[in-house]
Amino acid sequence: MSAHHPVELAAARPDFAAIAEWIPQGASVLDLGCGDGSLLRYLKDTRKVRGYGVEIDDINIVACIQNGVNVIQGDLESGLSGFESDAFDFVLLSQTLQATRHTEPLMQEMLRVGHEGIVSFPNFGYWRGRLNVLLGNMPVSKDLPYQWYDTPNVHLCTLYDFETFCAEHHVHILERRVMTGNNEIRLLPNLLGSTAVYRFQRAT
Amino acid sequence: MPNSSHSVGVVSAQRAQFDTPLTFKSGAVLPRYELVYETYGALNSDKSNAILVCHALSGHHHVAGYYADDISKVGWWDTMIGPGKPVDTNKFFVIGLNNLGGCHGSTGPSSTNPETGKPYGASFPLVTVEDWVESQARLADLLGIKQFAAVMGGSLGGMQALQWSLSHPERVRHVLAIATAPRLTAQNIAFNDVARNAILTDPDFHGGNFYEHGVVPTRGLRLARMLGHITYLSDDAMADKFGRELLSGKLSYGYDIEFEIESYLRYQGDKFAAYFDANTYLLMTKALDYFDPAREYGDDLDKAFAAARANFLVLSFTTDWRFSPERSRAIVHSLLHNHLNVSYGEITSTHGHDSFLMQHTHYHEVMHAYLNNISREFTA
Repeated sequence: MSAHHPVELAAARPDFAAIAEWIPQGASVLDLGCGDGSLLRYLKDTRKVRGYGVEIDDINIVACIQNGVNVIQGDLESGLSGFESDAFDFVLLSQTLQATRHTEPLMQEMLRVGHEGIVSFPNFGYWRGRLNVLLGNMPVSKDLPYQWYDTPNVHLCTLYDFETFCAEHHVHILERRVMTGNNEIRLLPNLLGSTAVYRFQRAT
Repeated sequence: MPNSSHSVGVVSAQRAQFDTPLTFKSGAVLPRYELVYETYGALNSDKSNAILVCHALSGHHHVAGYYADDISKVGWWDTMIGPGKPVDTNKFFVIGLNNLGGCHGSTGPSSTNPETGKPYGASFPLVTVEDWVESQARLADLLGIKQFAAVMGGSLGGMQALQWSLSHPERVRHVLAIATAPRLTAQNIAFNDVARNAILTDPDFHGGNFYEHGVVPTRGLRLARMLGHITYLSDDAMADKFGRELLSGKLSYGYDIEFEIESYLRYQGDKFAAYFDANTYLLMTKALDYFDPAREYGDDLDKAFAAARANFLVLSFTTDWRFSPERSRAIVHSLLHNHLNVSYGEITSTHGHDSFLMQHTHYHEVMHAYLNNISREFTA
């Protein structure tokens, strides 16, 4: 199916390619809030990963199965108790962090279940968003497509916020990629980057 | 998309005779037996497209389609199986059988024991899920099927599907375990025991040999079925369907049927008692109680599933309290711990345990998607 072709998927979701770059061939992966399974499918096609997605939405369950990926229907917020410690090489949270309610315990659970965690999220410090707020409105963009009254995003943060959180919660950041569209942002990332992707592990 | 208007059409039952003795888990031996079964669709050239459908407590081999002489006798899972349906008979060769110990044509307590010329009755051995899987494997041998594309079932049928992955890991590529459990809870066994007691204490039961007395323990069977029915429905479904409606519109201050729910349960009980064998009912509920693959592994279900090689689809229903989602999640967790391929869906439904038999758009979409993937693994 052409809609799922790896090249097209990577173009539509630049964070997919960034995540894939960090994942070695044949790794085991748990994708939390896996949506329609596109990322897992992409990683299966490009990295031969094996693993599972966790997803709550009925329509997405069907989509995941259609995408040929394992999916477990459940609520991330009620914990990952079904998963054993250190069961996965990577636990992913792609564009989901900002929509989680109990973000701190979830981050800890990610690092209990996986050797490494990877998160991607929209940077709330991106200049367009700041400009929106400065002009008097909550930002609405491609990365933040929701109106303030119907958004699932309850824990939006900036790059700095996330990095401070990690420092205070024994999370050791291994790598960071900041992007706007398909372009990697190295200069003033908290201002110029719209999407951030982090790879991290438990701080020793 | 599944299309409920598509039927496999007219079907007929077939019989298979087995003359190799079958040793049951209990140690009992059945020297010879017959299994009655139906098939739908066509077996492909390398016999890789076969799906075995295992039935639950009161089920049988008539899974889909209808009979030429009685078009009202529609198969019990006709919503799921047929051309264009989730189990698409244009792609799959589907087998439904009546389990050993059943009362729909396969050898069971009501069959004549060739050694005595009388019905087996109480002498028919207690059959376990493992025993059923062995008898099903022999049927597969007879049909030349080395490996099933899938084995599927709901409730007690789901237990058989799970057991296939343990008894014959190399003979099943996919297991679809629906509204089932890795073992019954104490509460669940308790329900079965009350149902059994209703039958066992019926004066017409005669220790299981009622056939020779020309009677049927109708009262016991009725009560057993009424109790079962209560547990298969959800509180909400019952409230929606019957509420506190009175048949005559007013209270009669007596013990006759007054509430709609009483009328419904008695009707279901009478209908069931008219055709179902009491010994089969006892035997099926025992098979449910005994199923416990973790038992041999120090109650460690993870270890029990270590032998499995299949891919799994596990589904539960939100209002099913007899085989609750929690029980299905226990299966899923053990499969995860064994790094097996598994997908799990928790279907929102108001119909309790019975949901697995019902037409339900999302449930059928999940099944359709999963089975469609299976159908891509072989060539017609």
